[in-house]
Amino acid sequence: MADEKKVKKPRGIVRLIPGKCIACGARCQTSCAKDAVEMNDKGEPVIDISKCIGCRKCIKVCPVEALEIYFTPEEQKVLAELATQAGAAAAPAEAEEEEESLDLAKLGEYRGVWVFVEHTEGKPAEVSWELLGVGGDLAKTRGVELCSVVIGDKVEHLCQEAFTYGASKVYLMDDPVFHYYRTESYYKAVCHLIEKYKPEIFLVGATGLGRDLAGAVATNLATGLTADCTGLAIDERGFLLQTRPAFGGNIMATILTERTRPQMSTVRPHVMTMPDKNVARKGEIVRESAPFKEQDFTTKVLEIIRDSRVDDVDVAAADIIVSGGRGMAGKENFQILQELADELSGVVACSRAVVEAGWMPVERQVGQTGKTVRPKIYIACGISGAIQHLVGMQSSDVIIAINRDKQAPIFEVATYGIVGDVFEIVPAIIKRIRDLRAKKAAK
Amino acid sequence: MLIVACIKQVPDTTQVKIDPVTGTLIREGVPFIMNPFDTHALEESLRLKDKYGLRVAVISMGPPNTEVTLRKALAVGADEAILLSDRAFGGADTLATSKVLAEAIVGLAQKEEVALVICGKQTIDGDTAQVGPGIATRLGYSQLTLVDHIDSLDLNARKIRCRRKLEGWHEVVEASFPAMISVLREINHPRYPTVPMRLIAQDAPVTLWDNNVMQLDKATIGLNGSATQVRRIFSPERTQGEILGEGINDPGKVAQLLIGKLVEKDLLFI
Repeated sequence: MADEKKVKKPRGIVRLIPGKCIACGARCQTSCAKDAVEMNDKGEPVIDISKCIGCRKCIKVCPVEALEIYFTPEEQKVLAELATQAGAAAAPAEAEEEEESLDLAKLGEYRGVWVFVEHTEGKPAEVSWELLGVGGDLAKTRGVELCSVVIGDKVEHLCQEAFTYGASKVYLMDDPVFHYYRTESYYKAVCHLIEKYKPEIFLVGATGLGRDLAGAVATNLATGLTADCTGLAIDERGFLLQTRPAFGGNIMATILTERTRPQMSTVRPHVMTMPDKNVARKGEIVRESAPFKEQDFTTKVLEIIRDSRVDDVDVAAADIIVSGGRGMAGKENFQILQELADELSGVVACSRAVVEAGWMPVERQVGQTGKTVRPKIYIACGISGAIQHLVGMQSSDVIIAINRDKQAPIFEVATYGIVGDVFEIVPAIIKRIRDLRAKKAAK
Repeated sequence: MLIVACIKQVPDTTQVKIDPVTGTLIREGVPFIMNPFDTHALEESLRLKDKYGLRVAVISMGPPNTEVTLRKALAVGADEAILLSDRAFGGADTLATSKVLAEAIVGLAQKEEVALVICGKQTIDGDTAQVGPGIATRLGYSQLTLVDHIDSLDLNARKIRCRRKLEGWHEVVEASFPAMISVLREINHPRYPTVPMRLIAQDAPVTLWDNNVMQLDKATIGLNGSATQVRRIFSPERTQGEILGEGINDPGKVAQLLIGKLVEKDLLFI
C-alpha cells in the first residue's frame, strides 16, 4: 500500500498527430479546463506541456482523432512497474471519464418522426415525399410513428398525399394567415406543434424555404440542426446519426444532437429516394388552429414573380444527364453535348466553372452550390471532378467520365472512365448509337 | 442608424485537397479569405451606406487572426470593425455562433439604432445557411433570406422592400426594421479597396470583444452551448471504376465498348 501511494500513476500528456487536424474551430482549446491549449495561425492546437494534466477532454471532443496521449520513457517505465505490481486488471491507465449525464428521461418524452410538407400555394415539393421515405425507415427502426406537418391555406389535400407516401398522422394548420410562406408565421406554427406534441426527429427539405424555416425553428427551440444531410440512421442509443459533407464537401461528418430534442435535419432534393406511393393508405388528421392573427405580422409578401421559362429543363429531375465542364473550352461546343443528350433522351448540365464562364445558365449547374442530381446515367465531359462537383452527382447510378487527364479526380467516382479527347469521344458515341439504330431500322 | 454586416473568415475550401494515401485534408498553403458570400453582404451594406447615409459596422467571430479579414472590410469602407474572439467561443455550432453574434448586435444597438443586419447566404466551409436565421430569431428581427435585390429602404417608416429568390420564382417582400437579410452572390459586384483606403485601414482600430466584455453565460456559447456534436469526420468512400479501352488512340472502339455496356445493362435502348 505504501508503495502505491508513493508512485503516482502517470496520466501522460496530449500531443497532436501531424497531418490530422482539420482546424475544426478550436474545440480542443475550448474543452481544456487548464488553458493548456493555444491555437496557432493555422488553427491547429499547440499543447503547453507544463499545463496539460492528461485529462483527455480535448481528445474526446476532437472530431478527427488528431490528438493522442503520450508518455515519456520514464513514465512508461513507471506504468510498466505498476502493471506488473497490480497485474493485468489495473494495467492500461484509462482516465476516469466523468460521462456527461444525459437527461434520458427528458429526451424520452419526445417520440415520433416528423416530416415537414413543403408546398407553394398548395403544390407540394417532391422532397417532402422523399423525406417520408427515409423518415419511414427511421420511424421503423425506432418503433415510433411517422407523421407529417402540413401548414398552409386550403391545403388539406396534402394530408391525403402524405398518407399515400407513408405518414400515419398529419398535423394540419389550415388558415389564410399561411397563404404565403413567411418565416415568422410558419416558424411559430411549427414550434407550437413541436412543443405540444414533442417529436424526437424533425426533417425538412433543404430548399430555400426549408432552410429559412429550419434555422428559425431550431434556434427558437434551442436544439440541434444539421444541414444538407446525405445519410440518416439511428445509433445504438436510438439517437439520430446525421451524415453530411463538411469543409466545402472535402470530407464527411457524422453529427448528433445529444442533449436536446427534436433532432433536426435538412436534406436536399434528390438525395433520398422517392418511396412507393400507395393510394389505399389512410391516416389520421390532427387539426390545430393558428395560435396568432394576421395583425401580429408586419412582413408582407407583395408580389410573386414566376420565373419566365427561358430554361424549362429541370436537370434535377432528369434520368440521363450529359454534363460539360471547363474542358468543353467554349459555349459553342455544348452543341455536341446537346446532340448526345438528344440521342439519349437526356438533358445537358454543367459544372460551376461553365456557369462562371457564362457558357450555361446557373439553373443547369450541378454541385455543392448548384443542384444535387442522381440520374440513371451521368456523363461527365471535360469535368475534372472538383469535390464540390462530385458531391452533387456522386450518387448517380452510372457515372461515365470522359477526360483527357487520366489523373482527374472524376475517374475516382466513375463507373466507366474514358481517357481521351472529349471532341473525339462524344461524336464517336453519337455515331455508334446512330449506326446501331440505323442498322436496326434497316432490318 | 446602423447596418451590421456579419462576416466570417474561412479557409478557401476550393483549394483544399485530399491526401490520396491517408485520406486526410491537405490544408498546407490554403489561404484564409473572407467568406465569398459575405463579401456581397459587406458590399450591399456599403451601397446602402452610400445611398442612405447609414453607418456600417462589421462583426466577425473567430480566432485572433480574423483581424486581418476585418481590416479588409475597413479598407473598402466599413466604419467600425468588431472582433468577437475568446477561447470560450471556440468549437461553436450554428446555435452557439448565432448566440455570440446576436449578443454583439444587442451591444451595438445600445449605442445606435440597428436598421439591418446583413449576412451572406451561407459560408463555404460550413454551408449551413443557419446562422442568419439564428440571429434573426434570437433578436426577434424580421427575417429575409436569399435576397437578390434590395428595392428600397424607408428610414421614416422603418421598412425595407426587397426581392427574394426561391426555386422557380421570386417574391417581393416588405418588412419592418430591424431586419436580418441574407444575400445571394447575384445581388452585387463587390468593390476593391483603393490604395489610400488600404493604408488607412492598416492603422484603423479593430475593437476586440472577448467574453470579459460580453459576459455571456458559458453554457450558451462555444462547445458547451452547441446543440450538435461532431461524432466522426471521414473521407468519402469511392469505388474506382473501370477504364474503357484506349480513348486517345481509338475513340471508335471506346464508343463501341461503352454502348455495349449500356445496352447490356438495359440502360440504353437501341
